[in-house]
Amino acid sequence: MTTPLALPFPADTTPGGFLLVLAILVPIIGILLIWTLGSRRTELVALTTLAIGAAIALAILTELTGTGSAVIYLVGGWRPPLGLALRADGLSVVLIVLTAIVIGAVGIFAKGQFGYDPDAPEKRAPTVFWTLLLGISGALNLIFLGDDLFNLFVAIELVTFTAVPLVCLDGKAETMRAALRYLLFALLGSVMYLLGVALIYSGYGTLDIALLKSVARVEPLLFIAIALMTVGLLAKTALFPLHIWLPAAHAGAPAAASAVLSALVVKGSFFIILRLWFDILPAEATGLGAQMLAGLGALAILFGSVIAICQARLKLLIAYSTVAQIGYLFLMFPLATGSEATPAFASIAWTGGILQLASHAFAKAAMFLAAGLVYDAFGHDRISGLAGAGRVIPITFIAFGLGGMSLMGLPPSGGFSAKWLMLNASVGEGQWWWAAVILCGGLLAAGYVFRVLVPAMARPLARIKVKGPVSRRRELVALALAIMALLIGFVPLEPAPLLGIGRGAEAGLLVPGGLAP
Amino acid sequence: MTGATFDTATLYGLCGAALVGIGLFGLVLDPKPIRKILAFNLVGAGVFLVFGVIARRGAAAGFGGDPVPQALVITGIVVAFSATALAVTLVQRLSSAATDAGQPGQAASVPPKGETGTPGQGDAAS
Repeated sequence: MTTPLALPFPADTTPGGFLLVLAILVPIIGILLIWTLGSRRTELVALTTLAIGAAIALAILTELTGTGSAVIYLVGGWRPPLGLALRADGLSVVLIVLTAIVIGAVGIFAKGQFGYDPDAPEKRAPTVFWTLLLGISGALNLIFLGDDLFNLFVAIELVTFTAVPLVCLDGKAETMRAALRYLLFALLGSVMYLLGVALIYSGYGTLDIALLKSVARVEPLLFIAIALMTVGLLAKTALFPLHIWLPAAHAGAPAAASAVLSALVVKGSFFIILRLWFDILPAEATGLGAQMLAGLGALAILFGSVIAICQARLKLLIAYSTVAQIGYLFLMFPLATGSEATPAFASIAWTGGILQLASHAFAKAAMFLAAGLVYDAFGHDRISGLAGAGRVIPITFIAFGLGGMSLMGLPPSGGFSAKWLMLNASVGEGQWWWAAVILCGGLLAAGYVFRVLVPAMARPLARIKVKGPVSRRRELVALALAIMALLIGFVPLEPAPLLGIGRGAEAGLLVPGGLAP
Repeated sequence: MTGATFDTATLYGLCGAALVGIGLFGLVLDPKPIRKILAFNLVGAGVFLVFGVIARRGAAAGFGGDPVPQALVITGIVVAFSATALAVTLVQRLSSAATDAGQPGQAASVPPKGETGTPGQGDAAS
């Protein structure tokens, strides 16, 4: 089938490889414990599991930076193409740590909200919420660690199956309608992806990404397969014009769920697109497709931001802002071009794109949690009815504002650094039109953030009606996430070395004269 | 790759392609959720058929077919089945919520979607 080639895998699992298995298995063990121990201990088990998950994520990070090369686990000791590999490189570990932090924060926020209430008529809601939250964290880790395209298919389906019920957790007809629409889009995406997997297997006889990298040829079969998979994943990532399921789904979910969906779930499928385009497609074959993806991204930025400005409800505004911010991620494709001397992941656009991904995750989680607190405090989230709200719950609105600062790209914030790097990349690559889009997007983001903040912070004409108290702990969680979005803006404005770990640099692929065959 | 001969595998491949086409048409254009779910299953069936063709074409070393695509198809069928179950449950809950919402006083007591899929029964409190 394939000619013998220099396998990009060691003969055996690397030391620390078991951590990768734990990262996937621990949430699943947590779910089983939740089901067996009963609803009284649900929260305790779930939060403990999330804490262990965070420790594992940090352990993988330490292992990776310590050894300076990818951590690999060969399932059952079989090397691909016969077996499956789990593989953590610099990019995956960044996303695993990001996931652990955001889901951990959401867990602390949701504590009590989905807690055990002996008087509630419905005792299943807490079990369902925590099960799904743990399920998402395990499935996302599988996406970030999987190295086999079919394995990734299963992972992305797990993410869908855990994310869809989160949307309709309150059981109202309108959220169920949103969930159904989300599910149908996701299913369309998954069959397209699966068809692409079939074509790739028929052409190359392997589904392992690291192996495909060395055997992929520039030919119609590969183009068709990657196109099918990309379109399928775009439906799940909600890139314009396949975004129409997102606003209703993300705005209808409970705040804690919206935060996870917007901050992390859409990034899971984006991560697979990144791997398809940068790890499988030969660099010389991406030109036109990359421009098309970025073109859709640019439309998403402009369209999403303008619609966000027109929204009457806070959560819908934040959801449309997600549509816009996803657009920025796709500017990576034409900007992060590799050359023979510097691979794509050593370019500033690559670092900028990943920084955008992380800062958007923190900022958007903070903003959705803040919107949930606004709903708790005033019983509604109509923007017109929030005049003076910032004086009642200042910490919440500071969190919202700091998150918004990152979305706009004001310094110092993760969003600023990300957009700055991308601006530089677009000027450096001679593709100035993307710079214009980035600048416009920043201005429009300022439009929708200030539309909420200015009246909220102003002295109101009439006293705003307060419905209930707001938990200080929840306010602080939202604020902490927003501060994280600011703090990651202090990374050096240059290609981050962490993102290059395990991406071929140490495997001798970076020999002068280009990638080894 | 076999040549241009019109063998069984090609016939099945074309059937798979046709199923995918019909399914996609229904999935995109049909407004009814149930029919969309059925259309998704048609696309799924088409893709599984393509997997079968690939397995047949990869036949070697005394095997009638490459076992890997066959293994993938089994997993794929399980995933498609669970997806269908989830979607059908959602549609069912949606229609019962819609009938409840027809009456005044809103369908407030519809319990959240559970993973068991049993309709919410026996809320003693209400």
